Parts: sequence; structure tokens; C-alpha cells
Amino acid sequence: MTIYLNKDSKIIVQGMTGGMGSKHTTLMLQADANIVGGVNARKAGTTTELNGKELPVFGTVKEAMEATGADVSVLFVPPAFTKAACIEAIDAEIPLMVVITEGVPVQDTAEVFAYLEGKKTRMIGPNCPGIISPGESLAGITPHTIAGKGPIGLVSKSGTLTYQMMYELRDYGFTTAIGIGGDPIIGTTHIDALEAFENDPETKVIVMIGEIGGDAEERAAAYIKDHVTKPVVGYVAGFTAPEGKTMGHAGAIVSGSSGTAQAKKEALEAAGVKVGKTPSETADLMRESLQSL
Amino acid sequence: MDLMEYQAKELFAKHGVAVTQGIVIESADDAAAAAEKLGGFVVVKAQVKAGGRGKAGGVKLAKSVDEAVEHARAILGMDIKGHTVNRVLITPATPPVEEYYFSFLLDRANRSHLCIASVEGGVEIEEVAKTNPEAVRKIPVDALEGVTPEKAAAIVDEAKFPAELRDQAIEMVQALWKVYVEEDATLVEVNPLARLEGDKLEALDGKVSLDENASEVRHPDHAAFEIREEADPLEAKAKDRGLNYVKLDGEVGIIGNGAGLVMSTLDVVAYAGENHGGVKPANFLDIGGGANAQVMADGLDVILNDPQVKSVFVNVFGGITACDEVANGIKGALEILGDAATKPLVVRLDGNNVDAGRAILNELNHPLVTQVDTMDGAADKAAELANA
Repeated sequence: MTIYLNKDSKIIVQGMTGGMGSKHTTLMLQADANIVGGVNARKAGTTTELNGKELPVFGTVKEAMEATGADVSVLFVPPAFTKAACIEAIDAEIPLMVVITEGVPVQDTAEVFAYLEGKKTRMIGPNCPGIISPGESLAGITPHTIAGKGPIGLVSKSGTLTYQMMYELRDYGFTTAIGIGGDPIIGTTHIDALEAFENDPETKVIVMIGEIGGDAEERAAAYIKDHVTKPVVGYVAGFTAPEGKTMGHAGAIVSGSSGTAQAKKEALEAAGVKVGKTPSETADLMRESLQSL
Repeated sequence: MDLMEYQAKELFAKHGVAVTQGIVIESADDAAAAAEKLGGFVVVKAQVKAGGRGKAGGVKLAKSVDEAVEHARAILGMDIKGHTVNRVLITPATPPVEEYYFSFLLDRANRSHLCIASVEGGVEIEEVAKTNPEAVRKIPVDALEGVTPEKAAAIVDEAKFPAELRDQAIEMVQALWKVYVEEDATLVEVNPLARLEGDKLEALDGKVSLDENASEVRHPDHAAFEIREEADPLEAKAKDRGLNYVKLDGEVGIIGNGAGLVMSTLDVVAYAGENHGGVKPANFLDIGGGANAQVMADGLDVILNDPQVKSVFVNVFGGITACDEVANGIKGALEILGDAATKPLVVRLDGNNVDAGRAILNELNHPLVTQVDTMDGAADKAAELANA
């Protein structure tokens, strides 16, 4: 099995007709994702051909869901309009909403997160590469060619580190790899993904990639200690990052003593997680874990 | 983006927070006129983006115009936690009767907003938070509801502001929330929030951090808060070219794609440096997904202009970007730079179309370029070259 996304997932794309949207919809189709349409109020009723497939464009998420039975929406909507697009998808009760957009104002995300309370939607992102269940489906921008299906579950804040780690472990493969995003507020956390991987019988081991900033990794460590029985291997980026400087991800900023890579590493190790110093060393630790199963 | 006190106070005034803005000067020669205008009895405050200014000697009370000039002269040019003081704020001296603390901030853990308020404010607030946490109230703010007049009253009551100041405090809390929301701040802090003679409530200091994503999307006016001279010249140059660059203190220049991978690259280089004379990464530079020749040339140009840099490590994982495009980017960059490219380049390409990418660089056979297949191996080579 996989988590959150599988071969039966029916995906719509909000912002499919834009530059990023059409490029990545094509790539998702190449990854055998079941894309069933797009949403753009100004182009409602038209169709767009991508990767040889004629895709209908709907005026709203609700219409798209009614017409296609879609249960996943991927958003490539510009940051200024992301909040409205998310609210629309939540109101339509889409089960999974994957927000790829980078640069969303954090107060907008805070509003969207508050709006999710009690609703039926799970949000992944924003500012994330999305989610891939290799061999089954892709909702996002992770290259489907890196690695195939296998026993590892992966959760990461960073896109390129997700790719790097998938590449390092391509000899084993993944149930699902999920990039949760590097913003200060995100919809799905390390803990959510850990819980889902713990409950997924096909996931045998979990690799968790974190980075400096916030205390999400520390909280994930506490969760692992109490709730995760599967082996977890970790990696944390940003040991050499100086205090008070933003390193690209809005969330990746060290303030004071909290949020440092060292603190995160120690918290994870105290929870029984083996933490690698580099991505390659982390992959080696993961191989050891897999071989001892 | 963190604002200086006088900039924060501009925003306070704009949104109706009771504040005395004062006069900003950049030369001690202007201190006399400013102090005179404000009545002689003034406070001279260093304007830097660092806390603990008072303890560092960057905030002084002046009882006369002459004293104000003297203080301005002493404070201008002072170094506070690595920040040079290039301007001071002169404000009327209004000694507080009592000092309170107030802030709104982004609460990452709860994915919402938080208000922190205490009637035991002032410079020791962090100490109070440790020794008497009950006195520092933390009140969650719902992101959808925000701070209504009722919420503001609830905050004021929970923080136990004196009854005779209640109405003023409620108004102040709402005005500060307006600063927070309407300017898209991630922090609005007032310490001290002062009770002055005559029971007047006023923000004597202000700290504001703005969300750069929001500034980009809907606050073009925020660009005016950026002070160019504060930025490192290489950082300023990189910013002009739209590069995500942070100058660090080391010898190995770094270029990579994706914030996480670049952060990881810095670490791997620092570890490798332990075996090569302790060399360290010289910078963070994320060229993002589309590593075309121009972006690569811009990046290399910035890094090669850093006199500390001895070698450069280009670490790219081809995800969406294909490695052959990146290799062509490097090739094009070296052509654009010509003789300006003088330092050895260690290139590690992996991922999408890696064979084609490596072939392009092999064929180029440039004397400065070395290819290494793995990230750890390439970091080691780059550190070795930087220590040569």
C-alpha cells in the first residue's frame, strides 16, 4: 500500500493551464498519474491536450469533482491567489489538496490552516514538491524516474533532498515519498506522515529528512518514541547555517539556540532514530536497517 | 525582513499606535538641531537590527543638547553584535512610570498567531519569563477571527493591565494587530510599552519583522525599508540578479539547486574541511530549478568575486532540471566569464540525464573543471583544492 495517494487517485490540477501547471501536468501524466481535468474559471468548458490526453477544464473545483469524481487536487496557482484557491478546494471537500506554490504569504497559510479545522480536506504544502507513490501516482513535481516502488516511506521538508535521498536508495525503492514543504506553516507535518507510514503495512522502514528552524523535528522525535515501531532513519540539514540568516526556505532560519540541527539530531537520536551526517551516510544507515529486517 | 526601530515606529504611527517617532540622523552634526527641536531632554538610540542595544551602550539619555551631540558621536560607528551603527534615533525622553511588554507573532508550533503580554515588561522580560512565567501571558489568536474589540479586551484583562489604562490598552492592542495583519508581519513587539506621566500609554520601542513573501505579493512599499548599505556588497549584487545568496565566512564557494540540498552541501563541505586545514563553505547559493547558462554565470560571477573563495563546488541534482542543461549552463558561464573565471570548479552532477551532462563537461575539458561522481567525494575534492 501507499499513503495518501495511489493508482486509483483521480487528480485535478488548479492552475493547469498556466506555464508551471501545464509543464508539470504533462510530467505527472508521464508518471501514469490519473489526471482527470483542470480548473480555470476563465477557460471553463474548454479542453487542453497534454501528453496526448485531452483534459477538460472546469470553472470550479466542485464542478470538476462532480464531473470526474476527483479526490486529489494539485495547486500551481500564483501565490497571490493561492489562499482563495485553497478555500475553494476545501469548500468542495476535496480529500487531498497538494499546494506546490512557493512564496505564499504566511498569514494566508495561517488562515487556510484555521479554515481546515473540522473540514474533510488534508493539505500538503505549501512550497513543497508534493507526493509520489512510485509506480502508482504522482501529485506534484517529484521526478518519477528517480526511484521505483519499494519498502521505504520518505518524509522531507525539502524537495531536492527528497530527490537526492530517493536516488541514493533507488536500489530499494519507496511506497510513498512526501515532501511536506519548508514554510513556517504547513498542512501535513512529519508526525502526520510518520503516523500514516506506521499504519501502512507495505512500508517497512521510514526515512525522515529535516532541516533547521522551528521544532517540528523535535516534536516528531517525541512522536516516534511513543508511537512508531518501524525503524526510522533521519537526516537533518543545516549544521553549518549561521544564526539569524534565512537559507532559502522561509522556515529554515535558526533563532537563538532553538531550531539548530544539533538539537534536532540529539532529539531524534534520543528517540532511537539513527541520524546520518550526510545524505550518503543516511542512505547507508537505511540499508543496514533494511538488511537487518 | 527585520525592521529597525524607527521603521517599526513609522508603521506604528501609520496604524494609529500611540508612539513618538522622533528624528533619525546619520551624522552627529545633525544631532544638535534634532535634540533642540525635541526640547533638549532626549534619548539617543542606536538603530541596528540587533537586540540588547541598551546593554551594549547604544541607548543613552541626554539632559542637554550638548550631551545629545556627545552621545550621538559616541554611538554612531559603534559595533553592536556585528552591526555597525549608521544612524541614531533621537526621541524626547519620556521616563516611564511602569513598563509593560506586548507582542503578536507567528506561532509555528500551533500554526496560528500568538499574543504575548505582560505587565512586567522592560529589559528583563526574558528573565521574567523564566522566573515568573505566570506573569507572561500567552494568548492564542485565531487566524480567521483575528483580534476583535472583544478579543482585545480579553487580552488586556488576561494580562492584568491596570483598570485605569484598560480602554487605552484595548485600543493599543487593536492598533498593533492592525500593524501585524495589514503589513503582513510575523512579529510586532513593543518593549517597553510604557505607562507615562498622566497615565498615557505609549510604545517607547518597536520591533517588526515582515513576511517577505507577502511583501513581494502585496506590499510594494515595503521595498523602501531595505537599507542597501547594511547588506554585504556581494549579497546586494546577488539580490540584484535575483539570486538566493547568503555570504558566509569560508573558502569553498557553493552553488547548488534547492534550499535543502544546498544547506546539506554546506554541511558536507564543512565535514570534508575537517580533513583539509579546516576550510569552510564560503556561501549559500541556491540557483533553483532552472539552472540555465545565465543563472549559472551570474552565480559563478558573484562567488568568484568573493576574495576569500579558493575553490567552487557546484552540486546539482537533476530533478526536473536535466543535467545536460546544467552542464551547458556551466559551459556557457565559463564562456561568458572568460578570463574572469580563475578558481577551480568541482562539479558533481547526478540525476536526470546525468550521462549527457557529464559527457558535455568531459568534452569541454576545461582546465579549471574537475568532475566527481558523488556529493561526499566532490566536497572532499573542493575542500582539498581550497586548502592547496
